[in-house]
Amino acid sequence: MIEVNRNGEVWVYAEQIDGKLADVSLELMGRGRELADTLKVKLGAVLAGRSVSEAAKELGYYGADKVYVVDNDDLGIYQTCSYTKVICELIQKHKPQIMLYGASHIGRDLAPRVASTMRAGLTADCTDLQIDDYTEPKTKDVHKNLLQQIRPAFGGNIIATIINYDRWPQMATVREGVMAMPDKDLKKKAEIINEESYITAEDLPLNILDRHVAKKKVNLKAARVIVTGGAGVGSKENFKMIWDLAHVLGGVPGGSRAAVDLGYIDHDHQVGQTGTTVRPALYIAVGVSGAIQHVAGMSESSRIIAINNDPDAPIFSVAHYGIVGDYQEVLPKMIKAIRAKD
Amino acid sequence: MSYNSVVLVKQVPDTKAVTGKAMNDDGTVNRAALPAVFNPEDLNALEMALAVKAKHGGTVTVLTMGLPSACDVLRQGLFRGADRAILVTDRRAAASDTLATSYILSCAVKKIEDVDLVFCGRQAIDGDTAQVGPQAAEKLGFPQITYVEELELDGKTITAKRGVGSGWEKVQCQLPALLTVLDTANDPRPAVSRQMMWFKKAKGPTEVKATGGTDADIESLRDRGLLIDEWDLDHLEADLQWCGKSGSPTKVNRIQSVVLTASEHKSIEPTDDGIRELIHELIEDHTIG
Ligand SMILES: Cc1cc2nc3c(=O)[nH]c(=O)nc-3n(C[C@H](O)[C@H](O)[C@H](O)COP(=O)(O)OP(=O)(O)OC[C@H]3O[C@@H](n4cnc5c(N)ncnc54)[C@H](O)[C@@H]3O)c2cc1C
Ligand SMILES: Nc1ncnc2c1ncn2[C@@H]1O[C@H](COP(=O)(O)O)[C@@H](O)[C@H]1O
Repeated sequence: MIEVNRNGEVWVYAEQIDGKLADVSLELMGRGRELADTLKVKLGAVLAGRSVSEAAKELGYYGADKVYVVDNDDLGIYQTCSYTKVICELIQKHKPQIMLYGASHIGRDLAPRVASTMRAGLTADCTDLQIDDYTEPKTKDVHKNLLQQIRPAFGGNIIATIINYDRWPQMATVREGVMAMPDKDLKKKAEIINEESYITAEDLPLNILDRHVAKKKVNLKAARVIVTGGAGVGSKENFKMIWDLAHVLGGVPGGSRAAVDLGYIDHDHQVGQTGTTVRPALYIAVGVSGAIQHVAGMSESSRIIAINNDPDAPIFSVAHYGIVGDYQEVLPKMIKAIRAKD
Repeated sequence: MSYNSVVLVKQVPDTKAVTGKAMNDDGTVNRAALPAVFNPEDLNALEMALAVKAKHGGTVTVLTMGLPSACDVLRQGLFRGADRAILVTDRRAAASDTLATSYILSCAVKKIEDVDLVFCGRQAIDGDTAQVGPQAAEKLGFPQITYVEELELDGKTITAKRGVGSGWEKVQCQLPALLTVLDTANDPRPAVSRQMMWFKKAKGPTEVKATGGTDADIESLRDRGLLIDEWDLDHLEADLQWCGKSGSPTKVNRIQSVVLTASEHKSIEPTDDGIRELIHELIEDHTIG
C-alpha cells in the first residue's frame, strides 16, 4: 500500500510477449494520456521483459512521457511472481496514483497478485475510466480527482462506479477493444528510465514446459464492416449466408456467444463481453436477440442494422436500422442490392 | 502420495435467470428475486479436486465465506463427494471486497491442516472479477496457476495445462499451489442420490438454532458427521483491520441499473425496394462504398 499521492503519475502496464506489445496496452495509453492530462501529471509505462528496447520506444510513439524498463534475462517469459515483484518494487519507489492493466490473460493473472501484495484496490474489466470528486456521504469529506472505475456487474444488469480513496495506487483492468487505440506518432519520444530488479529462484516457482499460442485468425477490431450471426441463423450450413454478406461488403463475419456455443463459428469471431469489443463503421446483427452481454461489445458501432423476425427483440433498441423479417429472405435481397450498385 | 484439497466455493445470484419475474417495474433487476446457485466454475474446481481424490486418494474440503444460507452450496459439495464442509461467517466480514475476502479465506485455509492444493473457479458470475483466486494465493504465499484445463500430479510436482486465449501453456511447480479452473476443464458430476439422502440433513450450528434446534442437536449432528463447521473471524485469528469494510480499499460510489429502452431506429421493409433504399442510404453517407 502506498499513501495518497496527488503528484503521482498515471501508469500503464505495458504487456508484451516476445517483445511485441499487446494492443490493449497501447489502447490504454490513449485513455491514460487523457487521465494524466486531466490530473496534470506525467503518463508512465511499465515494461518488463528481455530485450524490450524497441517496445520501449514504441510506447513513446503512443503517448508515454516516460517508460520504466526492467530488462532482465530472467523476465524473458511472463511469470506471475517475478513480474509481480518487479511491478511492486516500481510502485513502492515511484508511487504512481493510478495503475492500469489490460484485462488479458496476463493482466488478469498479474493485477490481482500485485493488488494483494500492495494491499491496494483493483477493479476488473472497467468499461470507462474518468476523473471526478467524491464526497463521503457520512463524513462529508471531499476526495478530489479520484479515478472513477466504471464497470458492469451482475451479468451486465447493473453498472457500478467504484472508487478507492485511501489505499493507493488506484488500479483497474480494461478489456481489449474497450478503449480506442490512439494514433501512432513517430515524432513523439518518451524518456526511457532503466530500472534494476534482482530476480531469484524463489521468484520463478513455475517451470514453463511448453507454450502454444496461435495467432488470432481474424481481426474483428480492424474490420470496417462486421456481419454477425446469432442462434437465429439456425445451422452451420445457413451460416454461409453470413459469410457471403460479409464478403460482398468487404467485411468480416462475427458470432454471438450462442452461435459460437452451437458451433456455427469459431470463438475468435465472438462479439461481446466475453468476446471482442468492436466499433466498426457498419455492424449487421442477424438473428441476434441483443442480450446485454452482446450489446456491450457492439453498441459503439457507427451504424447498426438489426435483422430479426421478432419485432420485440432487444437488439432493435440499439439499432439505427431495423428490419423485421426472416433473414433467409432478407439477406439474399441485401446481397443482390449490394452487387447491383457496382 | 495422496493429496488434501480445499475448494473455494461461492454462492451467487443466478445472473442468467434475469427473466420477467426478477425485474422491477422500472426495468431494473430485483436482485433478491434471483435464485442463489453454486457458482458454475466452482463446480469445475470441485470436479477437479474430486478427480484428484479418486485417482490418488486424500481429502476434499469445501470452504465458503458467506451468510449461513451459503450452507446450501456446501451441502451441494457433500452430495458430490466432498469429505468436509466449512462455512466462514461473521458480521464483521460484511462488505468485504475481493481483497478482504481473499484475506479471510486465506486465514481459513491456514487453519486446515496439511493443505496441498487449493482450487478456485476462474471467476464468480456475480462480479466476473476473477481476483479472489490470485489474491488468496498471494496471501498464502502459494504459486498460482490460473485458467487450468488439465492437471497431473506426481509426488510433490504438479503439471498443469492452462488455456490462454488463443493457445495454451504447460507449466510445472511444486506443491502447495493454488489453481483457478476453467469451465472447459471438465464436466462436473451431478449429485449422487445416496449421498444426497444422507447429507441433506447436514447443517451448520446457526441453521440448527434458526430452526429451533438445541446444543444437543448440534452435538448429535457432529456425532453423525453431519455438522458443517462454522468459523468466525476470532476462530481464524484474523486481523480485523484487513476484514470487512476497513479491509476493502474499493468502495462503491454509484450503482446504476441498466434499462434497455427503445431508441429511435428507422424501420426498413423487408422488400426489394426497402432494402435497395437502405443500401443506397449507406452508400450516400459513405458507410459502405
Ligand atoms: C457472463 C456472460 C457473458 C456473456 N458474454 C457474451 C458475449 O461475449 N457475446 C454474446 O453474444 N453473448 C454473451 N453472453 C450470452 C448472452 O447472454 C446471450 O445468451 C447470447 O448473446 C444470445 O445469443 P443470440 O442472440 O445469438 O441467441 P438468442 O438469444 O437465442 O436469439 C436468437 C434470435 O434470433 C431470432 N431469429 C430466430 N429465427 C430467425 C430468423 N429466421 N430470422 C431472423 N431472426 C431470427 C430470434 O427472434 C432471437 O431474437 C454472455 C452471457 C453471460 C452470462
Ligand atoms: N465468498 C467466497 N467464498 C469462497 N470462495 C470464494 C468467495 N468469493 C470468491 N471465491 C472463489 O474465488 C473465485 C473467483 O471469484 P471472483 O474473484 O469473485 O470472481 C470463485 O470462483 C471462488 O472459487
